[in-house]
Amino acid sequence: MGFGRDVSRYNEGKRSVEDENLGPLIATDMTRCIHCTRCIRFTQEIAGIQELGMIGRGEHMKVRTYIEGTVNHELSGNVIDLCPVGALVSKPYRFSARAWEMSSTPLIAPHDGMGSNLFGHVLRGRLMRVVARENEAINETWISDRDRFSYEGVYSEDRLLTPMIRSGSDWSATDWESALMQVAEGLKARAGDLGVLVSGCATVEELYLAARITRGLKSHNIDHRLRQRDFRDQAADPVFPGLGMRIADVDALDALLVIGSNLRREAPILAHRVRKATAHGAQVAMLNPARFPYLFPLKAYLTSAPAQLVADLAAVLAAAATVTGKAVPAHLAAVVSAARVTDAHRAAAQVLAAEGKRAVWLGALAARHPQFADLRALAAGLAQLTGASLGRITEGGNAAGAYLAGAIPHREAGVKAVSQPGLSARDMLNKPLRAYVLIGGIEPSIDALDPHSLAMIARAELVVAITPFASGELQSVAHVMLPMGTFAETSGTYVNCEGLWQSQNGAAQPVGEARPGWKILRVLGNLLNLEGFDYQSSEGVLKEVRAACEAVVPAPYQGTHTVTALTRTGEGARAGDHAAGGALIDVPMYQVDAVVRRAPSLQRTLEGRTPAASY
Amino acid sequence: MSTAAPDYSDKMNLTVFEPLKLERSWTLATYRSIGGYEVWGRLLKDKPERGTVIDQVKASGLRGRGGAGFPTGTKWSFMPRNSPVQKYLVCNSDESEPGTCHDRDILRYNPHALIEGLAIAAYATNTTVAYNYIRGEFLGEPVPRFEAALAESYAAGLLGKNIKGSGIDFDLHTYVGAGAYICGEETALLDSLEGKPGKPRFKPPFPANFGLYGAPTTINNTLSFASVPTILRKGPAWFAGLGPANSGGTMIYSMSGHVEKPRNIELPMGIPFADLLALCGGVRGGRKLKAVIPGGVSVPVVPGETMLKTNMDYDSVKAAGSALGTGAAIVMDETTCMVRVLERISRFYMSESCGQCTPCREGTGWMNRLLKRVLAGQSRREELALLLDVANRIEGHTICAFGDASAWPVQSFLKHYRHEFEYMIDHGGRSLVSDTMGAQAA
Repeated sequence: MGFGRDVSRYNEGKRSVEDENLGPLIATDMTRCIHCTRCIRFTQEIAGIQELGMIGRGEHMKVRTYIEGTVNHELSGNVIDLCPVGALVSKPYRFSARAWEMSSTPLIAPHDGMGSNLFGHVLRGRLMRVVARENEAINETWISDRDRFSYEGVYSEDRLLTPMIRSGSDWSATDWESALMQVAEGLKARAGDLGVLVSGCATVEELYLAARITRGLKSHNIDHRLRQRDFRDQAADPVFPGLGMRIADVDALDALLVIGSNLRREAPILAHRVRKATAHGAQVAMLNPARFPYLFPLKAYLTSAPAQLVADLAAVLAAAATVTGKAVPAHLAAVVSAARVTDAHRAAAQVLAAEGKRAVWLGALAARHPQFADLRALAAGLAQLTGASLGRITEGGNAAGAYLAGAIPHREAGVKAVSQPGLSARDMLNKPLRAYVLIGGIEPSIDALDPHSLAMIARAELVVAITPFASGELQSVAHVMLPMGTFAETSGTYVNCEGLWQSQNGAAQPVGEARPGWKILRVLGNLLNLEGFDYQSSEGVLKEVRAACEAVVPAPYQGTHTVTALTRTGEGARAGDHAAGGALIDVPMYQVDAVVRRAPSLQRTLEGRTPAASY
Repeated sequence: MSTAAPDYSDKMNLTVFEPLKLERSWTLATYRSIGGYEVWGRLLKDKPERGTVIDQVKASGLRGRGGAGFPTGTKWSFMPRNSPVQKYLVCNSDESEPGTCHDRDILRYNPHALIEGLAIAAYATNTTVAYNYIRGEFLGEPVPRFEAALAESYAAGLLGKNIKGSGIDFDLHTYVGAGAYICGEETALLDSLEGKPGKPRFKPPFPANFGLYGAPTTINNTLSFASVPTILRKGPAWFAGLGPANSGGTMIYSMSGHVEKPRNIELPMGIPFADLLALCGGVRGGRKLKAVIPGGVSVPVVPGETMLKTNMDYDSVKAAGSALGTGAAIVMDETTCMVRVLERISRFYMSESCGQCTPCREGTGWMNRLLKRVLAGQSRREELALLLDVANRIEGHTICAFGDASAWPVQSFLKHYRHEFEYMIDHGGRSLVSDTMGAQAA
């Protein structure tokens, strides 16, 4: 042998090490472990909590959790990629394929606004596993467990395999042509009185075509903001709701105030970036309805009941005005002067008074707040006063794309305001319409956080669900279900929270007769005799969206929404609506969208078994 | 062989063991009666330039007594003593080297010398906080003695904040380890002190720049610190003059093994080993000297006849093919089976390897298993070459010196006593010397 002996000289008995149970995501083969401690250093240095460690000395050393614990951090799946010997492997994927048999296709993670880069490993058309794809500007080499293990949901048992039509309470399979004809005729007959709800995880192409079809049916009733409650100030929305900065620049932040966000749940990669910033000395303050666990030092943490959130933010703004010595913007002056400032507010304001790069972020909990417009106006005032940038952490992988593609009631693609805005998602679900189209596996009771929305939809004459999954909810309200490809089975584009357009090709073959969403919508457009629906590929659709957005210049929120009261008035609130009670629901990390909800391994984790908290 | 001991009575117990001749040598009063804390009091009063203290230690030729023999004054001078950051002083009382037991006796019989030595070192390096890392097994007597002495010093106003109105702060804390051999390695000791598992760190950066909690740190052995007060009191020239060139001062020799009277004796450096042996009553039972490990088990073994011609100082022992190490000589008489000794030593290294570097973690176990099979009579001659090869592949390929320390005994035993190993292999595990089966005694 040119490179050493072909047999080992080691003839002694070898030790064997018992395998550890690290939870539902990571399987172990501890006899392979060479004690390189990469996993340990990952949990310590990257995740920020030491979940794995060394026990014992010398030959008897073992890598394990302390006293039979599981590994629970939201990034812990990365130890699978880090392990050089395969001692830590993916539990769901294990033994299901050989690495060299699979083809590797780049994908974009659709579950949060980061647009983390993935590789989908595909064997004979089936997605077998997902691993991280290096992109220093976004996810570095890490991905969240949600992005890594959500692929299991693609092959959920309730996958819709063929188009289905309901008569009475019986569902029967049908062919694409007759299903689409029925949908087209039904929608045509109800043009102008329908609502289209799109998932925020859909691709730009799907969102754009959905918006065009809606407008082709003489309506602006299209929305993806299913969990948002307050649309009073939507005319002042920026070009797209984004972070207001590049993700990579988060590392270099000097000060940050996060308002209404369970950051680790909403965007694990972003929380990791913030943790990196704090390691370099960034000061972070939080204003949240509850004390969420963070693995980095916080300068200030304001816990505020949902009803008090606006008052507390106004008090922080008042304190910031004192600290900076600048005047509060005129349209906020009245409400800020009414705020009661305490030391806690001053501490939070002090954080933003630091030198260097500063940011104020509004999270998903803020967006679900019944006074979101007030919160945003105050946050913008705070940002303006302190010189910080204003950003939002949005839900769904493509909220920015939805804005740019026009999947909102008040703007068309390319940020063209419409003269008469359509109904927002909330209004569509509050006021019965004759027809609904649900695109992208929407389950209204979870995706709109309102069980009553299901009853409202059920009253419609026609409900069309373009969905990968035949969920019980959809079976009970829909009249037609059209099988659609999931994120892994369609080509498409996502725009992440910093405004980066990332396109992918479909990795896996759609299950059954499912088709990529853009193809379904394209044919539907043809059948509705709408003009310009002759796309040959998803690139053709994308080209049109990009052309529409060519002249768009991102600008921060510059609204002058006047906050009238620190606490909620009755306006717009409805009995049965969460808005009325002011309850804020913190959607669990593994409940955010239809695919994640169906990933069994994620559901078995500690986080997956924790029910949603409501504040 | 003559057992008449040469007369060393005027050269015995000159430095650290000086108060041993007195009653209750560990008390403050006894220590003061021999001039203890005079130097510390002078430093507090006169506040000389810190560099001059270091220069005196340098001039004394004091070398680190922990085993490596690095000049103590030079080590102190590496401390950035004018830097405003918090600096630390650490005393390594984690005396775990098999055969070595002098630090234990310092803690038991003269703890104040250590406290004063640490205080002086703290002054010289402009440090205000020191830790004494004491081996866990010392909880019985040495730790309480040291703690009591510490309390006495604080009560007497010799330590603390703004000591005697001088504006000088010095706090000394005791830390008791959990009994891992590797925590005697200075960087592993720092990790252990920080509350982490004791695992040696890469050097550089050296502790003088990046030590305890990342701050500049000086680490010395107990004996090194405890020698400092006497050096400054009696003058560096006196101390240097006690031993040969390059090995100044006195050393506490821990004599163990097959000697009539195993003991700790403090004697000047450079004493002939033959005299040292005679002072301990000679080899047990008047037998012939076979071999000596002169500095704790981590140094190579030296055949008896060579050792009898060797003086106990750094350079002479080095010339004999070994190292003075901790000055702990393990004496073996002619009935000793060297295979069994080596197996025992390798078992120690196997169980104490921290497991951080692969060559040491896997190699120490491999060597021990090979040796166990030699004892069991299940080995072949070729495997001795393999054993040596494994040792050679550990040496120099690990973060700390533990790997070297585990390889040197194997290399030296095979160099000097290969015939015993071969005999045992050829005769199915029968020992050349004791005519018993190797596995019986192992």
